[in-house]
Amino acid sequence: MRSSIAVLAVLAVVGLLVFGLVSKGSSGVAVGDPAPAGPLPQLEGGGDGSLADYRGQWVLVNFWASWCVPCKDEAPALEKFQRQHGGPHFTVVGIDSRDLTSDGREFVRRYGLSYPQLRDGDGGAAHDYGTTGVPENYLVDPTGKVQWLLRGPVDEQYLHDEVAPFLPEGKS
Amino acid sequence: MRGSLVLLALLALAALAPAAAAEQQASLIEIEKQVMCPVCGTLLQLAESPQAQREKAFIRRLIAKGKTEAQIKDALVAEYGDEVLALPQGSGFSLSAYVVPIVAFVVAAVALAIGVMRWRRAGSDKGEEDAPDVGPQGEDADRLDADLARYDL
Repeated sequence: MRSSIAVLAVLAVVGLLVFGLVSKGSSGVAVGDPAPAGPLPQLEGGGDGSLADYRGQWVLVNFWASWCVPCKDEAPALEKFQRQHGGPHFTVVGIDSRDLTSDGREFVRRYGLSYPQLRDGDGGAAHDYGTTGVPENYLVDPTGKVQWLLRGPVDEQYLHDEVAPFLPEGKS
Repeated sequence: MRGSLVLLALLALAALAPAAAAEQQASLIEIEKQVMCPVCGTLLQLAESPQAQREKAFIRRLIAKGKTEAQIKDALVAEYGDEVLALPQGSGFSLSAYVVPIVAFVVAAVALAIGVMRWRRAGSDKGEEDAPDVGPQGEDADRLDADLARYDL
């Protein structure tokens, strides 16, 4: 009886250690992995949204925050890319991470961002993707798998050279 | 008599007023000690990142609006989730952060007490069984008795 309790105690401690290691050691998604698609609140308006809503489309997932300077630099390029390629087969989806709602909304207005925006206030989605900061960009194919990613900001040239070739011909 | 009661009531109100004012007037310095900078992973009072500056500005705005400390912390949780609190909330699963150490301490104390009692009991039992027959034996005992008799103790 006493040895069973000791074994259970040891197993509990080992289990806690393993859980700690696993939960801390998230290495993030890689090319070919399914893109996490849990529900998130819409940044503007009510209700939730999810990447699963865009199955069948190519989606460029852009993690950003209003306090992030490189995010300000890349926002115009993302909006231009959305205007050039956005349509039934492609969209940019912004995920405002660890940011204040009011600041995020102000950012969207200031840069005239027309693509869908989700809110990740507690950073749960960023954790699921294994982001190391903001901005980060993930191109998700119509089946929901990551086909390309960049842990950093994009610009017009980079989007033209690296992302556009994945998309169907013409305006997507 | 009535005048004394009125005076007592006024004194009581005067004593309670600062406490009520303290509850209403939240302080950035106090709140910074109780919440985290979610991006930095440190207390907000130690953080200087751009996100921390926005968080501090948000708290200042709520203070200016007359929000209490509890209301401001609730607003921060609504924005950043439970992890923005430096100390877990005392409800739901977070309660385990407070309960588990207490339970562990009690269990450890009980186990220690039981262990000590068993050890002492085993020691006394063994002592009774194995106690050597101390003291002088035979001639030595007779000589000791004779010596003691001389001193008339």
